Amino acid sequence: MNWLSDEAIARLQTASALPDLAGTRYRLIERVGGGGMGTVYLAEDSVLGRRVALKILDLPELRADLSARLLREAQILGRLEHPGIVPVHDAGTLADGRAFYAMKFVEGERLDMLARRIDAIPDRLRIFQRICEAVAFAHARGILHRDLKPENIMAGPFGEVLVMDWGVAKILREDRTPREDHTEVPVESSPAETKPLKTAHGTVLGTAGYMAPEQARGEIDRLDERADIYSLGAILQFLLSSKRPTAGEERLKIESAPLSSAGSAPKAVAAISQKAMAEDRANRYASVSDLASDIARYLDGSPVSAYPENVFHKVARWATRYRVAIGLVLAYLIVRAFLLFWLRR
Amino acid sequence: MTQDTNIGGASGRFPATHWSAVLAARSDDPAERARALEAIAAAYWKPIYKYVRIRWSKSNEDAKDLTQDFFATLFEKEYLDAFDPAKGRLRTFLRICADRFVANEAKAATRLKRGGGAAHLSLDFDAAETELQRASPHLQLAASPESMDDFLEKEFIRSLFGIAVDKLRSECESRGKQAHFRLFEMYDLESDGGRKTSYTELAKQFQISPTDVTNYLAFARREFRRIALDCLREMTASEDEFRREARALLGVVPA
Repeated sequence: MNWLSDEAIARLQTASALPDLAGTRYRLIERVGGGGMGTVYLAEDSVLGRRVALKILDLPELRADLSARLLREAQILGRLEHPGIVPVHDAGTLADGRAFYAMKFVEGERLDMLARRIDAIPDRLRIFQRICEAVAFAHARGILHRDLKPENIMAGPFGEVLVMDWGVAKILREDRTPREDHTEVPVESSPAETKPLKTAHGTVLGTAGYMAPEQARGEIDRLDERADIYSLGAILQFLLSSKRPTAGEERLKIESAPLSSAGSAPKAVAAISQKAMAEDRANRYASVSDLASDIARYLDGSPVSAYPENVFHKVARWATRYRVAIGLVLAYLIVRAFLLFWLRR
Repeated sequence: MTQDTNIGGASGRFPATHWSAVLAARSDDPAERARALEAIAAAYWKPIYKYVRIRWSKSNEDAKDLTQDFFATLFEKEYLDAFDPAKGRLRTFLRICADRFVANEAKAATRLKRGGGAAHLSLDFDAAETELQRASPHLQLAASPESMDDFLEKEFIRSLFGIAVDKLRSECESRGKQAHFRLFEMYDLESDGGRKTSYTELAKQFQISPTDVTNYLAFARREFRRIALDCLREMTASEDEFRREARALLGVVPA
């Protein structure tokens, strides 16, 4: 055996870590990031002449459980054809035994980075609405994301907002939504693939600060749409304060603090965030649509369900909503008063 | 290239299945145990020899004896039975065993007596010593436990990659793919003062097309990766342990 230099070992490690795309339509360009299950590479689809992102397991799987998870993620994405959810193009196994799937390559910015550049609360809320639309669509298809956080939201250069990384998504129920051709969407395509990939009760999946309390306790069987609603509330809190929501006791302190605790956010929006993040899920919004509706009402200057107003708040909101009209009337009255005063002289 | 040792290596005696030497070392079947212990020794004797030389500042001759005796004792006393994969890496376990063994080296008479009847491994210590001298920067390492852990891991990777390269050569020869291996050797293993030979130059040299160079290299790398991971599987006891070790072996940055 010849001695292998450090340089040779480094070259072997690099060569071995790169995916073997022989026999595929893809040509590797560069590594763009890592995820819980594998690595994401930028590649060129040589048939269609476009760039794609390849999510590839780091290792071939002996037990094939991670491969099955990756394939399941691709299948979930395949079921979620929505402008706010990254589309999947292809899935399979490489010559080196590693499972992969190809998806749209999203050129843009992560929400946590983008939020630093957007100052206006309404602009941030409009992005939030787009996120809600995508999540509501997934819920309608019976799928929970379970790891919603700013790092998993991408905003493209043309205003598109995409929810990424469905690796720990949970299928709540099989999709029975009829297609346009009135045939049902096949949930799985082969008996092997229909094998359930159930996460054991007690397993904690998600990200601290964005995870619902029941999710943090590992109550996998109890999770429903309200777990994602909690995460959306945490994302909203992040958008209002530009700070990562805290977990555990600190989070509870924030909840019990006055409504203005979420930075300098409007109280009504802070209340929406807090309702979405209620400790008891029964006190959260019943659906993402309800949450999005409250945001829409706020942007429209209407009262929101999460924030009971007193008469002063109502007047202030009314004045804000009709500020242009009020300004015009006031201007008219001032000019009129000035003219009356001038003519009487 | 010369064969350093007659244990494991390129002999092709180990099937390319997902057999675990760590688990087989506890087998009730003596033949299975012997096979497992040989595989472990093949992967670890060089790292342990170098470790003893540096960590314990032993002379070449002393380190040879200690390494031989360490593996003989490891097998005789069935120390591996105490290894729990759930509690740590095999590498760390072997390092701790080696430290204890060397610390007790004062019992030289016992060692000499045991050496008479113990299985003697055929190990190419001269090659290991030459490697150690070539890697002279490592000798400057302070013998702190942290740096020695890194050193041992690096040497384990070197040893395992070396075994994988030998197996790849053997497989390529048996399948009539010598050119594939030679290209792999020239492009990925040999250093040419930092200058990388281009695919075009290699194509001319081997009288094949540049596309063939790409394909040959892809084949050799794919096979190398497979063999290296198979070797690593032998040194691990569970899929989770394998994943952790494989990430270190391949230099994959965990997410």
